[in-house]
Amino acid sequence: MTELSMREAYGQALAAYGALNPRVVALDVDTSASTLSSFFAARFPGRFFNIGIAEPCMVDVAAGLALGGFVPFINGFASILSLRALEQIRSCLCYARTNVKIAASYAGISDFKDGATHYSISDLANLRALPGMTVIVPADAAEAAAWVPLVAELEGPVYLRISRAATLPVYEPGTALEIGKGRLLRPGSDLTLVATGAMVGRCALAAEQLAAAGIDARLLEIHTLKPLDRELLLNAATETGALVTAEEHNIIGGLGSAVAELLAETRPTPIERIGIRDRFCPTGCDLDTLMDACGLSIAEIVSAAQHVLRRKHPHTP
Amino acid sequence: MPTLNAEAITMLEGLARNLRGDSLRLIARRGAGHPGGALSAAEIMAVLYFHTLRLDPTRPDWEERDRFILSKGHASAVLYAALARRGFFSFAELERWGEIDCPHQGHPDRLKTPGVDMSSGLLGHGIAVGAGLALAARLKNLRYRTYVLLGDGEIQGGIIWEGAMTAAKYRLSNLTAILDYNNVQLDGPVFEVMPLEPLADKWRACGWYVIEINGHAVREIAEALDSVTQIHDRPTIVIAHTTKGKGVSFMEDRSQWHGNVPNAAQLAQALAELGEVNHD
Repeated sequence: MTELSMREAYGQALAAYGALNPRVVALDVDTSASTLSSFFAARFPGRFFNIGIAEPCMVDVAAGLALGGFVPFINGFASILSLRALEQIRSCLCYARTNVKIAASYAGISDFKDGATHYSISDLANLRALPGMTVIVPADAAEAAAWVPLVAELEGPVYLRISRAATLPVYEPGTALEIGKGRLLRPGSDLTLVATGAMVGRCALAAEQLAAAGIDARLLEIHTLKPLDRELLLNAATETGALVTAEEHNIIGGLGSAVAELLAETRPTPIERIGIRDRFCPTGCDLDTLMDACGLSIAEIVSAAQHVLRRKHPHTP
Repeated sequence: MPTLNAEAITMLEGLARNLRGDSLRLIARRGAGHPGGALSAAEIMAVLYFHTLRLDPTRPDWEERDRFILSKGHASAVLYAALARRGFFSFAELERWGEIDCPHQGHPDRLKTPGVDMSSGLLGHGIAVGAGLALAARLKNLRYRTYVLLGDGEIQGGIIWEGAMTAAKYRLSNLTAILDYNNVQLDGPVFEVMPLEPLADKWRACGWYVIEINGHAVREIAEALDSVTQIHDRPTIVIAHTTKGKGVSFMEDRSQWHGNVPNAAQLAQALAELGEVNHD
């Protein structure tokens, strides 16, 4: 794939935005060559702090910088930030309501060569459960770049989930983005595919395959897992009567859970969930093959769509 | 170095006694709290709030105020008492401590209590958050200083030392930690639960300037905190040797009084020993 990786687009965008907003500072944990906060560090060395391999400490130092009036972007691996540093995020960012932005890189299974220790497949569940946290999952490189100013200018802590890889492009630069407002990427009336992150592009391809089979699938991108765009989802449930969610995350606690919670309480609707089936994933030779092997293939999406349609029309042969 | 005159010493000693009485009354009234570590920190808090910190109670958000983080957040009673005596809010407000809609939480909450610079409760955050505040002061060219009060059991946790390395790396001479070294934690003596010694050596090895004092001698506390402004190339820790439950015979050095609440008779005896009036 020759597309720009999401992390590189993010890193360049952070450096570019740093020129516009002098309140932005960046921190990293000896991973700036990986997260590509190195672009910011090279351009603004006086506003960049390398804390060493100490994610909990980085979160707390960033909280202090935020208390002092800055807008810190903290950079590191999603797996460590969302697990080892979760208490600091809970106490010093969410409870203390400090204006810190978490750029959680190498998210999902995008660090395919390093394996289960480095994968973050529970981060969305962990972060979504914290009061006061905004959770954003860009679908591709261009979208990740577009989020940087919006995230910086929202008051309060934000978790921005960054893939190590290049994902299938779905975002046209310049298109409107709004925190908490999902995007309709394809109209459709038979069912709705609800996707986040790297799975948006895969769902777009699945929708084409479904169309070839005569199934008219709507595609929604839910980039903001919290706060969830209830209206867009409920309208889709009403208008299409069946949903399939797709995420590069454990099946527990992420997008599928969020949508299922909403539907169960508000408008019970048949739903199928694509995600990692509560297991530790192996290392892979390339990300596409690994995603396919972890239950995230386009064929799985198509199959789930066909299955949910049978549940929507249980008496059809 | 400015030396305190006898009058100032007497004033600060009296305030420390008041803070002990206040803390015990507040804890007894709420039926919850941590008396041992509040009493051990009374002189430190008196000196901080009535000698060292540059504050304006009418402007709790004043950008150039000195910052204070009670990293040992469970000693909230003595912080609330100090803030009330310093004029951030009234003691009448504190009487409602613990009620559902009361602005004062069990542990300090910066969003609810005027004068609280950072929320705390779970231990270990003070040094790293303080380092961030100190970095912010440097980036903004502001002269405020950041002070962090640590418990001794608290520094058994690794993030304290992550923060210590960070503060040393950036030579944050505008950051001062004070260790309330009362040598008793919830499960017993610190040297039994998890020994800290040689403690001054550890901080020096981490790149900090170390001052050791008697943490119940207000003159020593004040002079130590005055002197940190003369250190320009590294953060300072004041290791204050204290007694847990200081001033109340049946609480001193007893881990049982880490988080226990005195009953009416115990409160009366404690206040009598302190020479404090029992208002209840």
